[in-house]
Amino acid sequence: MSLDPCKVQLTADGRLKHFLTTEGLSKELLTEILDTADSFISTQERDVKKVPLLRGKTVVNLFFENSTRTRATFELAAKRLSADILNLDIARSSASKGETLMDTLWNLEAMYSDMFVVRHGDSGAAHFIAEQVTPHVAIINAGDGRHAHPTQAMLDMLTIRRHKGGIEGKIVAIVGDILHSRVARSQIHALRTLGAAEVRVIGPGTLLPHNIENLGCNVFYRMEEGLKDCDVVIMLRLQKERMQSALLPSESEFFKLYGLTEDKLRLAKPDAIVMHPGPINRGVEIDSTVADGAQSVILNQVSYGIAVRMAVMAMAMSGQQQEKNERNGEGA
Amino acid sequence: MSLPNIETLFTALNADLSRYLAEQSIQNPLFVGIRTGGVWVAERLQHSLALQGDLGVLDISFHRDDFSYIGLHPEVKGSELPESIEDRHIILVDDVIMSGRTIRAAMNELFDFGRPASISLVCLLDVGRRELPIQPDLCGAVLSLQEGQHVKLTGPSPLALTLA
Repeated sequence: MSLDPCKVQLTADGRLKHFLTTEGLSKELLTEILDTADSFISTQERDVKKVPLLRGKTVVNLFFENSTRTRATFELAAKRLSADILNLDIARSSASKGETLMDTLWNLEAMYSDMFVVRHGDSGAAHFIAEQVTPHVAIINAGDGRHAHPTQAMLDMLTIRRHKGGIEGKIVAIVGDILHSRVARSQIHALRTLGAAEVRVIGPGTLLPHNIENLGCNVFYRMEEGLKDCDVVIMLRLQKERMQSALLPSESEFFKLYGLTEDKLRLAKPDAIVMHPGPINRGVEIDSTVADGAQSVILNQVSYGIAVRMAVMAMAMSGQQQEKNERNGEGA
Repeated sequence: MSLPNIETLFTALNADLSRYLAEQSIQNPLFVGIRTGGVWVAERLQHSLALQGDLGVLDISFHRDDFSYIGLHPEVKGSELPESIEDRHIILVDDVIMSGRTIRAAMNELFDFGRPASISLVCLLDVGRRELPIQPDLCGAVLSLQEGQHVKLTGPSPLALTLA
């Protein structure tokens, strides 16, 4: 990979053409994504939820890793933009028969696809694909290894903006398994760019990556200290499937120290909101009374997820279209 | 070429619209303006006719037919329409009608909100060059521009016409 992933996702005049990471994107561009998503929220409340923007385009959901919510919301987003969508569960298809990644992609390109939504277990997979595919095919990263999950981060930014009035000046705590979380990395970049006053990460030393403070956040090992005066508390799922070594004594021990209960939430500001990217493990990282409580906006996040994915897909397709027109113009 | 006086245009359009509503027996019209200039014109007309009720606003960015050519408009603001447009008589308002494509997009979008009883089209200026079979029911004036010339409404206060 020769190029900076941030550059790869932009056209020559700085518009989005892939969406691979929030890292390095300007405040203006992140704000444009949020503004566009806001407009799509209003279209989602109508009787007819579809708009004709991507009519005739073909989107392929390319999931090398399991996911229910992300895949479903990408599928709905594509359908509500009037695109045709093909769902491929690669984990159970050609890849298991020995076809290489690039062979799979070339086959899909031969079906005249316009956009790939990629979820992959390896960090950098979406970036690799973006560099290999034919021009005009947009790549949206739906989560790659421990690296990034930019649409999740942007739907979280939209949630904060809609429920707290903005991101500037807010104190945001991200709690739990930061080590395995691509969501946390994407969130930290977006929060820093959008002007959060302070980004905190809270978790046991074994679940915090080395040098995480270099991303511009403050590290806390105790909830009692880290939650103080927070405007937003983002709980992360304990990624049991990624736990390959004994990083924790037990789930119940984790809940005792880092699980969000009503008592611990009282340390944050009284109007703090509680977020979680899902799926939630009740009684492991979050107590049911908090997950279902008045301060929880977890289900709102899911609704906003569709609007954010519609925005990113429309913007990336628009960027690809512009590049294509310019290229055709030069050829003429 | 000189542009018509905007106050004269509004005076004539007000009278025409008042007569039109009476002829069509439309009691409670719903004014819907197309962003941005159409909203200003719709506001002004609704106010002058002393008609009550919410003003609808349409942003047709998601329904344009030139997405393949120019992509997504970077400043989409969204549409705002009252609770229901079902069975309402809609007065659709734009500042300048030219190709007719904006009106096509606007009507498509309106039907995403429901089935209105009727739609009438009111434009401040008609500059010709139509590309679709769409004509305004009422318009303030018809202009013929030279090639490459465009007329633009600036506002909201004061409203003014400029030639570019």
